[in-house]
Amino acid sequence: MTSEAEVGEAVAQAHRREWALVLAATVRVVRDLDLAEECAQEAYAQALRTWAVSGVPERPGAWLTTVARNRGRDLLRRESVLRSALPLLVTDEVVAGPEPAEFDDDRLRLVFTCCHPALSRDAQVALTARLVCGLSTVEVARAFLVQETAMAARITRAKKKISGARIPYRVPSAEDLPERVGAVLEVVHLVFTTGHVAPVGAQLVRRDLVEGAVHLARTLYQLLPGNGDVAGLLALLLFTDARRETRLSGDGHLVLLDEQDRSRWDAGQIEEAAALLAESLRRAGPTRYSVQAAIAAVHAEAPTWADTDWAEVSGLYDVLRRLWPSPVVELNRAVAIGFRDGPAAGLAALAPLLDEPALGTYAYLSAARADFLRRLGRWAEAATSYEEALALSGNEVERAFLAGRLEEVAGRLG
Amino acid sequence: MAKYLFLIYGDEQAWEAESEQDRADKRAGHGAFAAAAGAAIAGGNELLPAATATSLRGTGGERPTVTDGPFLESKEVLGGYYLVEAPDLDAATTLAGKLPELAAAHGGVEIRPIRTMG
Repeated sequence: MTSEAEVGEAVAQAHRREWALVLAATVRVVRDLDLAEECAQEAYAQALRTWAVSGVPERPGAWLTTVARNRGRDLLRRESVLRSALPLLVTDEVVAGPEPAEFDDDRLRLVFTCCHPALSRDAQVALTARLVCGLSTVEVARAFLVQETAMAARITRAKKKISGARIPYRVPSAEDLPERVGAVLEVVHLVFTTGHVAPVGAQLVRRDLVEGAVHLARTLYQLLPGNGDVAGLLALLLFTDARRETRLSGDGHLVLLDEQDRSRWDAGQIEEAAALLAESLRRAGPTRYSVQAAIAAVHAEAPTWADTDWAEVSGLYDVLRRLWPSPVVELNRAVAIGFRDGPAAGLAALAPLLDEPALGTYAYLSAARADFLRRLGRWAEAATSYEEALALSGNEVERAFLAGRLEEVAGRLG
Repeated sequence: MAKYLFLIYGDEQAWEAESEQDRADKRAGHGAFAAAAGAAIAGGNELLPAATATSLRGTGGERPTVTDGPFLESKEVLGGYYLVEAPDLDAATTLAGKLPELAAAHGGVEIRPIRTMG
């Protein structure tokens, strides 16, 4: 007998690590996303019961996959008439054996199907978070600021499109692979950033999204060895996530980069990220992700905030804006210039962005401006900018930070 | 195999303004498309201009209303279609990508899967 707590932990761990594997392998047998999800969920439920009696198997993922696939075959036999309403997914070939060798390929099939270019970006992200990262519809809805019913409808619609339009359950051809990998990486990055600073709510970080994205990036790195872009994204996520534990103080307040306790950054993770970054640059040269990772590396390597090499950071942003022109990159570049050349220069660099429509509701623009004004002692203007940032931010932890700064500059007004 | 309808949309005025050479190029383009698709093409036609369309609209009553013109008024109109067979959406998309209308800066192709029974 294994204790209930041990079994619960083993099942939870198998869910975090192997959900995508179990689901993907089941999809290939039953060729229906809904049915496969149902079977995978039942396999996890059965694990809770069975493992309590027989112990946790040596390879939980393989155990769960076998149970889910057998369940799928049973249901297909019984409900073959009912299940014919929607066409089955198009796959290369259905594997017959109970333990196929190609689990890994199945996970890739699942990812590429969820991120197929014939689906909207919103649908790609929702499907990836739900099917690949294994989040519940409620969690996905909360993370992406959508009503639960709307998110459920979005996921259902996307699944119908996959089956109705016959989006194949397949790894793309070598010719299409780079572009398709690009779409997958964008989705993974989006899931990560949504988790890194949750757009709304009481928590700063949504661990489920961050861990799901990191795990998926790791999986992609294993499955697509030699792909410099994947290595670059994984490096970026690991550098960024290495600071996770220091971004909040003991009493739950936001701690910015300048005040974080760098001795508590995850050194092992930073080392791993640095090696991945070197690999990415060697294989693919500077790309959108590897340059962002390089910027994170500059911060990771600076022993203190005062040691930060802002000339290097601004130079890297100059490279990044050419590779990935975006208003957010311009904003970050302006901030780096402000730390390199002083707050007045930063303010001047921010000025052209104030009319940028894409940043019109972006709290970080107001917050960055407020910070430079505060450093310049222009208290009244700083207060106005903090008020703006407060009005635009939906994250409680960030709001508390901004409110604190607002109080500080308002106090100087006298 | 699945069936898809390729609906070719474009700006009719731009189509009408095409030179003889443009038209000859497009005919050749459809020839090349047909050669590439081979037996996958189950049907297809060019349509007469949208001005020749007649639309019936259900009223919920006994008789539909009959109007002159296409069902939806828009600058870009349906100009032709193909019915093709393809194993999946990727294959259909590759095939549709060969249609000569995509060389123009207006219009495009909508791929609609055909509902199959059973």
